[in-house]
Amino acid sequence: MQIFPCPFCGPREEHEFLFAAEAGKVRPEPAAKVSDEEWAAYLYHNDAPKGIAREIWYHQTCGTYFLMTRDTVTRDVKDSRFLSEAST
Amino acid sequence: MSGWRHPDLGQAVDRSRILRFSFDGAAVEGFAGDTLASALLASGTRILGRSFKYHRPRGLMAMGAAEPNAVFDVTLDGRTIPNQRATLTPLLDGMQVRSVNTAGSAGRDPLGALDLLHHFLPAGFYYKTFMAMGWMRWEPMIRRMAGLGRVNANWHPPADVETMNAAPQVLVIGAGPAGLAAAKAAAESGSRVWLIEETCALGGTLRWRGGQIDGADWTVFRDATLAAIEAAGGRVLTDTTLWGAFDHGLFTAWQRRSDAPDIHWRLRPSRTILAAGAIERPMWFSGNDLPGVMGAEAALHHLVLHGAVAGRRIILATAGDGAYPVAGALCAAGAEVTIADARHVTPDAPEGVHLLRGTRIEAATGHGAVRRAVLDHKALDADTVLMAGGWTPSVQLHCQAGGKLDWDETRDALVPRPGTSAVTTVGAANARYGLSEALAEGHAASGGSGPAPRPTVETGWSYAPLRPDCTLKGRVWIDMQNDVTLKDVAVAAREGYTSVEHLKRFTTLGMATDQGRTSNFAGLSAMAALTGRTIPETGTTTFRPPVQPVPLAVIGGRRRGALFNPPRRLMLEGAHKAAGARFREYGGWLRPAVYGAGDEAALALEEAQVARATAGLYDASPLGKIEILGPRAAELLDFTGYVRMSTLTQGRARYGLMLSETGIVYDDGVVLRLADDHFVLSASSSHVAGVIQKLEDARQDRFGSDGVVIIDRTAYWSTLSLTGPAARSVLNRAGLPDHGLPHMSVAETESDCVPLRIARISFTGDRSYEISVPAQQAAAFEARLVHALEAEGGRRIGLEAVMLLRAEKGYILVGKDTDGVTMPHDLGWTAPRERRTDEFVGKRSLFTAEAGRSDRRQLVGLVAEDDRGALPTGAHVVAPAGMRRSQGFVTSSGPAPGAGGSHALAMIEGGLSRMGEVIRIFHLGDIRHARIAPACLFDPVGGRLDG
Ligand SMILES: [Zn+2]
Repeated sequence: MQIFPCPFCGPREEHEFLFAAEAGKVRPEPAAKVSDEEWAAYLYHNDAPKGIAREIWYHQTCGTYFLMTRDTVTRDVKDSRFLSEAST
Repeated sequence: MSGWRHPDLGQAVDRSRILRFSFDGAAVEGFAGDTLASALLASGTRILGRSFKYHRPRGLMAMGAAEPNAVFDVTLDGRTIPNQRATLTPLLDGMQVRSVNTAGSAGRDPLGALDLLHHFLPAGFYYKTFMAMGWMRWEPMIRRMAGLGRVNANWHPPADVETMNAAPQVLVIGAGPAGLAAAKAAAESGSRVWLIEETCALGGTLRWRGGQIDGADWTVFRDATLAAIEAAGGRVLTDTTLWGAFDHGLFTAWQRRSDAPDIHWRLRPSRTILAAGAIERPMWFSGNDLPGVMGAEAALHHLVLHGAVAGRRIILATAGDGAYPVAGALCAAGAEVTIADARHVTPDAPEGVHLLRGTRIEAATGHGAVRRAVLDHKALDADTVLMAGGWTPSVQLHCQAGGKLDWDETRDALVPRPGTSAVTTVGAANARYGLSEALAEGHAASGGSGPAPRPTVETGWSYAPLRPDCTLKGRVWIDMQNDVTLKDVAVAAREGYTSVEHLKRFTTLGMATDQGRTSNFAGLSAMAALTGRTIPETGTTTFRPPVQPVPLAVIGGRRRGALFNPPRRLMLEGAHKAAGARFREYGGWLRPAVYGAGDEAALALEEAQVARATAGLYDASPLGKIEILGPRAAELLDFTGYVRMSTLTQGRARYGLMLSETGIVYDDGVVLRLADDHFVLSASSSHVAGVIQKLEDARQDRFGSDGVVIIDRTAYWSTLSLTGPAARSVLNRAGLPDHGLPHMSVAETESDCVPLRIARISFTGDRSYEISVPAQQAAAFEARLVHALEAEGGRRIGLEAVMLLRAEKGYILVGKDTDGVTMPHDLGWTAPRERRTDEFVGKRSLFTAEAGRSDRRQLVGLVAEDDRGALPTGAHVVAPAGMRRSQGFVTSSGPAPGAGGSHALAMIEGGLSRMGEVIRIFHLGDIRHARIAPACLFDPVGGRLDG
């Protein structure tokens, strides 16, 4: 059972969180100028890195989306911050 | 009959308290303090179970968690717990004990003849043969023949296990000498230590081997440790299995209590010291699974603690010094003992013990139990063979915590690689078997100050490495519980399953409930020998929780039954109950299904008909009431919704959809605009949390948390929905303002100082008022409304009636009438898709090739062509001719309370362009015919909404 640091609430157990997306994806728009390939990549293509990953998570109990940097191998959490403090 | 009870020995048993129990129906006696294993051993019962695959007779082999054979179903006070390990189960008076894997009793098992077929049942036999011959046919028979204990499906264990959390500063796992030393040193330096011990008492091997530490009996050291732990605010838990290590330093422990429900501990220690000891290796010779073949250390344990003597004529086979005191103790207890030591250089024989140097055991023979042992081709009479084949450190928790292992050649064991897990492993678990080493390592691991505790006398533990000999004749067993022989490993090697993980799956080696404690090393070293590789080259298997079987009732704790996923409750539940409501869970809320007694379907129809004729009132409180406030509120709703809300005027309401980015309909609901910068979104009852999540996503990511806030006020308001042609009269009679509200509008008002929000929103197709009142004031308000309602001939209606009303009107329930591929235009709602030029969530996905297909499933109505009542929900739509392929399905169906007859909603391929077509409805072999019609059957022009 992992413990994630919500920037608003502090450390909480992982079952309170939902994974939202890999960080750094920019929504392609306007729709009329976006190709099928671009849109599919936005929706479905993930890097799923082994090692350091930058991810957006959602803390269900307080409603905060935040940027978390963690190691997918060791499960170490390196950093966690509000989206407003993220320099995507 | 070989085991016997010594007249004096047995420091753990109380001979004044005789306990009576039964084993496979036969009466047996034991003493308080016995385990099931020691009591049965002392009673002379040899066959304690049958093996999993061949139903060979098996007896007691080990102690503690390592025991592979003596696994029982135990019934006490009408409560049966299956698959109890006899070595870990304290004997209680009145226990009824049943052996497992037996068709009759352990002693007489008609399936024992299976053993004669063993040539036809090699490793992989089940997969190869039965998969090829149709597994489904064979599975029930195989499951009956194999498998462990029997579960009583009618007995539900109480949900009484408490889950407790704790964060000790130091967690010490195992209370043998190394664990005691670690706990004592940590506690003396002021740390809150939790010391966890799986058995009923502290001391580990010291309990049966005894010893002096720092010049006094070891129990003085133990008591000093206990005192230090207590003084530092720590805890000692015995009868507690530390069963798993999980991410981020979580450990789970199962504490067994005889006088109270068990406790499930979730521990997050700052530091963890693993002192779980080691498991004695068996030896590998033909017939090494016969009842009467037992681990030497286990024999000493049962002798010293319980006075249960393994036999009278004992051969002790070994290649190590550690077993010599075992031979001495058994001899002193009155048994005739011969040591067969594979080494030529050995310690001296203990007094009275016969010693054969340079002698290897090749076989144990006998029918159903040991009669003879073959030593270097010579047969000797014996009723018991003890094995002391060295040690395997218990490193499971280090590995579960992410740790790696190293092969230590000199210690002949896989040992934890330091620094690869957050666990520090000490003592025998780290292959430090000697007492002084174990004490010193435990002391050092806790940073103990001063000299480490020292034993007065050091026991010799050195041993010569032994390996399975694949050239031996006969069947040599390595995994007793899963019936794996050395030859099975050879078969696996021949067939190319040479990695340990493949070996495990091909032969099932180590996959039984003892988790291969006595077998993994044999399989690994045999495979290494067969393939000419070293042990590290051959690899190790992955250790996963639990290290010991744990009842699901322990892990589940109190989260079962009513507490498994408790539904939310209505503020007005009491009022509904008083009115005769029958409650059911809808989308996570407990809500009235119908009111009164009798057939539910008939009641629902009756309620719906009253609502169509005069008025009905239902509790709509679970509807989401999400407030969106701020100068950019409209902009946020435009982006997150399928329909623009910025064009909504103040005081008006608009129905909309929320899509996911994949274009799929996620939720529907009405948005109210209370002010320029203030909206209320009514999400579906079960989607409130998800809708907020999507709104917050846009707010925080796209809007930078600027200019808009989102507040969930669902629980603050109770909402009552008043519907029917007499709705306005009811409102007037109740003295409530109607404000002349048109359909799809909203007003904030008050009555008798109670704030109210009244919205003209309809989920039934009739004129309706959704009235929200602060939940704290809902009861009195509802009573007043119901009084007026009944005076006008109306009544309360339950959710089942509401479902009938909305279905005949063609109003959908997202998730029931839509599924994971439904897009808004599949519901016939095309305008925003075609006209909106701004961005909104899911927009791009509405223009893929898939989204544009003409044969997408679309929402339509169905009218049965026969008079056999409502079409079955879930029935498939099949083409009138040709291949029988599903073209869609019925999503909602029932009697039509307003229009009469019955009505159904369905998702059908290209349905919107197939109006009037007669299609076939297939359900459980029955075929009916129905005509495709508009989804809305009741009042298609909508006159009733303002009626
Ligand atoms: Zn939070």
